[in-house]
Amino acid sequence: MQQTEYLIVGASHAALSALQAIRMQDAEGSITMVTRDDALPYSPTVLPYVVSGRSAPERVALKDGAWFEQNKVGFIRGAAVTALDAAARRAKLSSGEEIAYGKLLLATGAAPILPPIPGLKDVKFHVLRTLDDAMKLNKALPNTKQAVVLGAGLVGMHAAENLAKAGAQVTVVEMQPRVLAGYFDAEASSIIEAAFAAKGVELLLGAKVSRCETAGQGARVTTDTGAVLDADLLLVAAGVAPVTDYLAGSGVAVDRGVLVDDTMRASVDGVWAAGDVAQAKGFYDEAKILNGILPSAVEQGKIAGMAMAGDPAVRPWPGGVPLNTYTFFGQQAVSVGSQEAGETVRKEADAKHYLKIVMKDNRLTGIFGINVPFDPGVMWEIILRRIDLSSVREAFIKDPQKTARTIMSKTWR
Amino acid sequence: MGAFNTIAFKPEHCDGCNACMTACATAKTGSADIINSRIQVVADGDTFELALCRQCGDPKCVANCPAAALAKDDASGVIAWDGSKCVNCLLCTVGCAYGGIVYNAAAGHVVKCDSCGGDPACVKACDRGALTYLTTANIYNEVGDLEDLFVPGLAGCQGCNTELIMRHTLRRIGPDTVLATPPGCVPGMGSVGYNGLTGTKVPVFHPLLTNTASMLTGIKRHYKRQGREVNAVALAGDGGTADVGFQSLSGAAERGEQILFICVDNEGYMNTGMQRSGCTPFGAWTSTTPVGERGKGKTQDAKNLPLLMMMHNCEYVATASTAFMEDLYAKLDRAIDASKRGFAYLHIYSPCTTGWRFPSAENIEVARKAVETNFVMLWEFNPRDGLRLSRPLDEPRPIDEYLEALGKYRHLEPEQVGHIEATVRKNVEQIRGLAEGRRAAMA
Repeated sequence: MQQTEYLIVGASHAALSALQAIRMQDAEGSITMVTRDDALPYSPTVLPYVVSGRSAPERVALKDGAWFEQNKVGFIRGAAVTALDAAARRAKLSSGEEIAYGKLLLATGAAPILPPIPGLKDVKFHVLRTLDDAMKLNKALPNTKQAVVLGAGLVGMHAAENLAKAGAQVTVVEMQPRVLAGYFDAEASSIIEAAFAAKGVELLLGAKVSRCETAGQGARVTTDTGAVLDADLLLVAAGVAPVTDYLAGSGVAVDRGVLVDDTMRASVDGVWAAGDVAQAKGFYDEAKILNGILPSAVEQGKIAGMAMAGDPAVRPWPGGVPLNTYTFFGQQAVSVGSQEAGETVRKEADAKHYLKIVMKDNRLTGIFGINVPFDPGVMWEIILRRIDLSSVREAFIKDPQKTARTIMSKTWR
Repeated sequence: MGAFNTIAFKPEHCDGCNACMTACATAKTGSADIINSRIQVVADGDTFELALCRQCGDPKCVANCPAAALAKDDASGVIAWDGSKCVNCLLCTVGCAYGGIVYNAAAGHVVKCDSCGGDPACVKACDRGALTYLTTANIYNEVGDLEDLFVPGLAGCQGCNTELIMRHTLRRIGPDTVLATPPGCVPGMGSVGYNGLTGTKVPVFHPLLTNTASMLTGIKRHYKRQGREVNAVALAGDGGTADVGFQSLSGAAERGEQILFICVDNEGYMNTGMQRSGCTPFGAWTSTTPVGERGKGKTQDAKNLPLLMMMHNCEYVATASTAFMEDLYAKLDRAIDASKRGFAYLHIYSPCTTGWRFPSAENIEVARKAVETNFVMLWEFNPRDGLRLSRPLDEPRPIDEYLEALGKYRHLEPEQVGHIEATVRKNVEQIRGLAEGRRAAMA
């Protein structure tokens, strides 16, 4: 049986970030990385651009074989972990092989949720989470005349844009009353919605799919609002959920994701989790949340790796802050922090611009913009540090980018 | 991974002229509009702050990039952006907490500083001294792989500057060396070793305080007679150089012996209990110039040892400080070279955390303040070119910044500070005069 000091399951941002953190502290300890994908490490975030053709599939690898060799990492691809014996510290792979480990990182990410829509499982549809998915969609793009996208989250909206650019007539069906409801309020979303409407994308908001059925070569989608949509391409983008099925019976506590403490440690000895699969403390309250975004995966992976390698410099997870960037038809939307954790101290919107600043007790809790420049990384740090802005409050509200840069330069230069 | 060059910003020298931003925008986009500048100086009242890519060692912009479009170059350390891979997702700007990579509307993608390939336009445009391009990393890249010729675990005090000097100098001078370390901190912390083993990986001996230069003379001449090219090097304290050892030193210098004599000047006999030496400055507390009801520290000025050595018309004489390592290494190279032709003397200032009474983490800062206040001056001399300043003496920082950093001056009364100021002024005029005299003679 193969033995390894560190076993990392998964090969995207959290996994790679952990691996690098381990190697910073432990140059020699054996590391094995296992991924169910049969590809070099890549990011799910790049996939919409593989769909559009902007990114060639062979150029999206985050690391190559030479890098694994240089870092003395055994990289096993195309093998999922199917079962875990946490007491004996053994993981079973889909190949039937078993690996004994000293320390285990679960970075298995998330997989698309398939909503319980009658008839869905009987029709042909696409999802977008793996490189394979993206390449299939990319191949289908030129032949698509009518596309239906279920879900107006980031994946659905990116795909809808690409489908529209490829010349398809696109309809997006979303249960929420607006697009990207997780990141933007109604006014901000309406700017995004208008951009899509201008490009001929139809948005059916506040609508729920009640039935799917096969129609000709494609699918027919019926909504509870009475719309009947024929699609030669149906994309289900109704969100994702952590991949945890292989943990059944392992003793690792799972709620919606793998429950972890502030150093990403799971409930059993020798197991850590990071990234989309982990359910860790939120920043605004202590409740454990899923915060499946790339920057969180990078941070959590680093913390987990440092903790696993016994790096004394490890600092506890400050809590997940929702944040994201979204570019659509050449426009930029940025969302950092919480809409609800404070009161709005500035909000303005016109057809092309939007800015909202939310504060609580003179501390920034969120800032949201469309086509308004500010540095999201600086804002994130100001939120995390709970910097008291009372002395610069007016300046911050007036010119957040400049004032935040000044605070940055003075505080963590 | 090596060490890298970097752009440094000193806000106290910035007056907000924006020349750096104009130069950057012009170099990168052809338009002088500072909105396109990769370096952003932000006015904050009377002071200035900076948003610029730090070219981080563990860059989060790179970790956050889903498209492998950002990568840190192993040779230059610059984080490079690959436009053919970038997907405009802006997640790099979420990772960067420094405003170092930002979306540029005119370009239609993120932009960041690329150090202009090692010749940054912003630095060239700054005539205020606020931006400098630090190339000190080259020292590490050049000498980092050379063998440290002292053993690990020398028993120096915490934060000892002398240990740094020992390791840096010998590593550069190399293994074909015989080393003399007369009594003082250098053997005190273990250069001559314990229990029959030396503390060096080269032959080392322990002369008397009085005869270092003459013993080295004999050894060097012996090897020469054998036809072997060997560096004869002394690492001596200021007491062993300026006071007790001066007679043999002066003789060897006058005879032009092919020796490199390095004086590690910590301004006293620190190893034996912090007694005064001829190099202890006026007003300084030592155990033999105590401070009490009547005593107020040393009542005489220090002798200017490097100037004395210059007057011997040595092949090479220079002063150096560990706060200015590029300068120190350049002088070390010239001193090694000169010692193949004649007598080379290198005077390196070595602030002493224990004897001067300051926190052990502040050694390099103290060394820097000594130079920046002109308390210590950096210069070099050879008989053909005369004395040349290594660093301008204009616009020194107030002497108080140096004196207040040191416990040994804590008791100073205003008239003592006045005396020190006058001495520094006199020394500056003397050195400046010599430097200008050289220029006049050369003209």
